[in-house]
Amino acid sequence: MSEFVFLYRGGERAQSPEQSEKQMQKWVAWMKELGEKGHMKDRGQPLEPTGKVVRGKQKVVTDGPYPESKDLVGGYTLIEAKDLAQAAELSKGCPIFEFDGLVEVRPVMEM
Amino acid sequence: MEPGDHLFRREAGRMVTALTRIFGLDNLALAEDVVQDAFCRALEVWKIRGVPNNPSAWLMKTAKNRALDVVRRERTARTFAPELGRLLESEWTLVPTVDELFGASAIKDDQLRMMFSCCHPNLPEQTQVALVLALICGFGVGEIAAAFLTGQDATQKRLVRAKKVLAASKRLFDFADREFSARLSAVHRALYLLFNEGYHGASPESAVRTELCREAIRLAGLLVEHPLASTPASFALCALMCLHAARLPSRVDEAGDLSSLFDQDRSKWDAELTARGLRYLDQSAAGTELSEYHIEAAIASIHAAAPRMEDTDWKSIASMYDRLMALAPSPVVALNRAIAIAQVEGPERGLEEIRNIDDRERLASYPFYSAALGELELRSGRCEAAREHFAHALALSRNPMERRFLTRRAEACGATQL
Repeated sequence: MSEFVFLYRGGERAQSPEQSEKQMQKWVAWMKELGEKGHMKDRGQPLEPTGKVVRGKQKVVTDGPYPESKDLVGGYTLIEAKDLAQAAELSKGCPIFEFDGLVEVRPVMEM
Repeated sequence: MEPGDHLFRREAGRMVTALTRIFGLDNLALAEDVVQDAFCRALEVWKIRGVPNNPSAWLMKTAKNRALDVVRRERTARTFAPELGRLLESEWTLVPTVDELFGASAIKDDQLRMMFSCCHPNLPEQTQVALVLALICGFGVGEIAAAFLTGQDATQKRLVRAKKVLAASKRLFDFADREFSARLSAVHRALYLLFNEGYHGASPESAVRTELCREAIRLAGLLVEHPLASTPASFALCALMCLHAARLPSRVDEAGDLSSLFDQDRSKWDAELTARGLRYLDQSAAGTELSEYHIEAAIASIHAAAPRMEDTDWKSIASMYDRLMALAPSPVVALNRAIAIAQVEGPERGLEEIRNIDDRERLASYPFYSAALGELELRSGRCEAAREHFAHALALSRNPMERRFLTRRAEACGATQL
């Protein structure tokens, strides 16, 4: 088994409490399934949409990381899978795709 | 979190109310923004960390903290709730005041005040209902549009205009206001409309939208729990809603078809709701007030008392409709009265009564007017005339359930003829 990180990028805001609730239920169901199948290593953490980016020798601080919310990482989860192909396959069940977001699947480097 | 428990919607209504009380009705948009933010935040956190043990408390705490931030940041630039006076100005009183307004009993009271605010006399009735759904029931624009068969854009515009009317008031409706009883009647009508929309709704998807009925019952329940709003008419309204709602489980049969009162499986009626309705009906009898809700509830209780259709006391029902016609005449009431008379005195008498309805042309687009004519013609043995009426009703039907129901009735005419 190898470890992978799912990075959740973008996804549109729900327009009503009812829509939030429906999105929520889909996420709960998906996470539960990952856990039951033994792929969930760590639920991970949600990330604040705000932040700062510090760059260059001058260490210039700007608001960031991205001006567009569609590129923002909203959170991550640590997954266990046989290989990258299986991890990518697992990500397909993520509800984020219904709401115009994407999942970045990244193998954790083995030491 | 169980699917279908509408936790978010319920909490949204409570949060908007508490925030509006703090910010003032003229800052309604700000309150709605804070609620929207709280939900987005909840979604972001919960979808990864899982739903907390007490999601309502989590949401309330988030909204409360945001409220404190907003007040601290903007109290010099904006005027917040005028009735709170200086309580929001100092740190000593700000936190306890906000805490108290987010308490369960304060919210309950304020939701009622919000409901009265929504039923503003300058707003058309349907707009009042739309506002109640938006602000107290936490419905989104899309859901309200679906409830009333209006477009999303039109609904959105209507809500924006209506909220401007509300915002002119600055504070939530005050129960000590001279307009109290007039406003209470408006609230009754709005809830009645909401219930009917759910019960007979013109929605193309389904003829029975239990959710709207359930919300109407819940809000009417808030009225009867309040010392001032628990008038006999409020109890009567609750009674009528419960007694009708008790029949909901049998309004649609196993095949998903509409089932008329005449052939419903009465064993499926909800005995608990009936009992609750009857208790409310008892309570509505205190005092001398007799509203149309009293009479409608009494009619519903007569149906509820009949274990089989043939046991129905149609004579009493017909006389109740006489009283209703005297109190609140309408072509629909007159049609129902005619149907009751037909049960007592035969179909010919029923048809005669229908022909005598004043301005019955107003019923022309109501499918159940033609359907009633069809039933009575069929019982009188005039199958051809009956079939024509059913065909006419069919052309007016508003959803697949009504269509199937009327198609079956039209077919029944053929079968009788053979």
